[in-house]
Amino acid sequence: MNKILALIGNPNCGKTTLFNTLTGSNQYVGNWPGVTVERKIGKLMNYEGFDVMDLPGVYSLSPYTPEEVITRDYLLENHPGAVINILDASNLERNLYLTSQILEQGYPMVLALNMMDLVHKNGDDLDTEALGDMLGCHAIEITASKGIGIEKLLDVAIHASDGHVRLKPIIYSKMIETTLKRIDEICMLPEEHDKRWRLVKIFERDPHELSKLTIVPALKEKLEALIQYCEQVEGDDSESLIAAGRYAGVEKILSQCYHRGNKDQTMAVSDRIDKVLTNRVLGLPFFLGIMWLMYYVCVSTVGAFTTDGMQAMFKALAEALSAAMTAAGVSEVLIGLICDGIIGGVGSVLSFVPQIFMLFFFLSFLEDCGYMSRVAFLMDRIFRSFGLSGRSFIPMLIGTGCSVPAIMCARTIENDRDRKLTIMLTPFIPCNAKLPLFALFAAALFPENSWIGPSMYLFGIVMVIASGLVLKHTRLFKGEAANFVMEMPSYHWPKAKSMWQHTWERAKGFIIKAGTIIFAASAVMWVLQNFSSGLVMVKPEESMMADIGRFIAPVFIPLGFGTWQTAFAAIAGFIAKEVTVSTFGILAGVSDTEAGASEMIKVVQTMFTPASGYAFMVFILLASPCIAAVATIKREMDSWKWTLGALCYQTGLAYVIALVIYQVGSRL
Amino acid sequence: MKTLNDVPVGGKARIAKVLAVGALKRRIVDMGLTKGTLVEVRRVAPLGDPLEITLRNYNLSIRKADAKNIVVEEDAGHE
Repeated sequence: MNKILALIGNPNCGKTTLFNTLTGSNQYVGNWPGVTVERKIGKLMNYEGFDVMDLPGVYSLSPYTPEEVITRDYLLENHPGAVINILDASNLERNLYLTSQILEQGYPMVLALNMMDLVHKNGDDLDTEALGDMLGCHAIEITASKGIGIEKLLDVAIHASDGHVRLKPIIYSKMIETTLKRIDEICMLPEEHDKRWRLVKIFERDPHELSKLTIVPALKEKLEALIQYCEQVEGDDSESLIAAGRYAGVEKILSQCYHRGNKDQTMAVSDRIDKVLTNRVLGLPFFLGIMWLMYYVCVSTVGAFTTDGMQAMFKALAEALSAAMTAAGVSEVLIGLICDGIIGGVGSVLSFVPQIFMLFFFLSFLEDCGYMSRVAFLMDRIFRSFGLSGRSFIPMLIGTGCSVPAIMCARTIENDRDRKLTIMLTPFIPCNAKLPLFALFAAALFPENSWIGPSMYLFGIVMVIASGLVLKHTRLFKGEAANFVMEMPSYHWPKAKSMWQHTWERAKGFIIKAGTIIFAASAVMWVLQNFSSGLVMVKPEESMMADIGRFIAPVFIPLGFGTWQTAFAAIAGFIAKEVTVSTFGILAGVSDTEAGASEMIKVVQTMFTPASGYAFMVFILLASPCIAAVATIKREMDSWKWTLGALCYQTGLAYVIALVIYQVGSRL
Repeated sequence: MKTLNDVPVGGKARIAKVLAVGALKRRIVDMGLTKGTLVEVRRVAPLGDPLEITLRNYNLSIRKADAKNIVVEEDAGHE
């Protein structure tokens, strides 16, 4: 079995960049605390017999956030061959705090000092060798983004994995050290590499460590008395004492090897930028301006232009293919399946790819340069009041484009409860694919009222807020109130390579989904629309689609759209929201939705009243998102229970609200 | 008792004690807000919350509600 080199470090210290350099894979990097949520493993390039494990960025190994739990459990259970602790050298004090914890676990360790260029730029000076000597391990200067120092780092790490290290953990105050010794006399822990770590954890009353102790109750009482005595003498609780002790130890080490030049460039520049971007008066206008620019470029102008272009391209492709196949004598059924069904369905989704690329590129820039933390800082006050956090804003914004990347984006929300709530509510924001339907209905039923279309955005936002307000009081989301203690990284100019990787990583998921789920779903839909249950090709009203529609229709009667056509259109949105509109196209007997707009409007006018039409729009807005989004929810929640719960909540809410709108609206 | 959210923007203070418990306390001390640490309040978000503070040569944002759990020394404003 391969030996494992585990990469550990603070969020935002260049860990993922180092992982990419070591393994050559495309992991993504962000200037945003907490980008790696899962752990990732890759083969070490150019060296046989070693794997590299990328663990989530953490500030500490305490057992509270999911990232910390993953990292801690990994270290406790998997015994890596060596630990590479990567540090942001321009921010050593806080970075070495984590190091002080890893040191106690006693694994062979190497320090990788990243961002040394910033140290020099700030006029500071670090004696790397002295730092390594004081901690009992090698310290290597690297520049992860340029691959500098990597070879030396690997040589040292591989050498260390043979066990040639004598670590020197931080020494606490006399009182604490004496107490640790007494704890050892009581617990008699085995002489293993992590003994000191376990003693400290027992002293901190770590529940996980205490539950592993097999000592008689009388000794447990004695243990507690020991800890309490120490706390009394030192005047603080044991957890705070250890944290303060670690930081004091780190300060002492740095005073001997780090010399400040007193011209802190990075912080000074960042501070000047923040004076504008998070200014009390200018902060919000700037923020809205940036968001507007992003929306204007990616969604409404360049985005819409490319989307239209892509759609025209797919239409031309379908026509050309259809003509070629007709000439070649291919059966009409197959031509229909390929050209109308598959190219139509997949094409309508792929048309959004350029737009999504642009959106993600923009977001990657904001993320890599450090502005995303400021967004959370600016928006926290608003979002907190309805049970979300400042970080929920970005997923909601991306949700106006597509829920799939929006839900993926929610993984940057640290708190589990906030993340789940954000994932559940993001689909309420009308995505791009729902807009054609709203446009059609607004034109058909409310030609005089131009506010009907935009009212869907308002409706979505109100539902997010109302749901947040209600759900935050339910048992599921109650728990301990989430805290908001977040690092504000210094701004830096993003690297093109990292931004590209970041963009691609996200867009890839979207394209894969279009190629798999939508591909299959489009084919199935086409068959349902064109065949009877006896698999004979028939008109739509005799097809399986009609059978399904008739079966479901009664459910929608109280909502005002209980015919088989409308019922089917309502559930067809589950495949992809565009399908709802194209269903009306098929019912109108027009395959080209653009030329057939007036026919489609007539179809809608005969099937709906304004009240039932508005109810239908709201139902489509709120009910379960498309299958691609559902698959993403499942992946991000990592639980069927939560996924189904979210779907039931969304669809149930959609049903109730649509019911109220129709019942009230039709009596007005 | 003076807490971190009583410190005016631009003011400095030394941490005396962290009153929070559980995950919040752990988070606060892990981020370096330990007894004796010098903290400067840099700014307040436009909507009045959260705060941005500087400590240990880096910036941190923290909600006022969380800062209320951090007791600071009364007379350390002149350093």
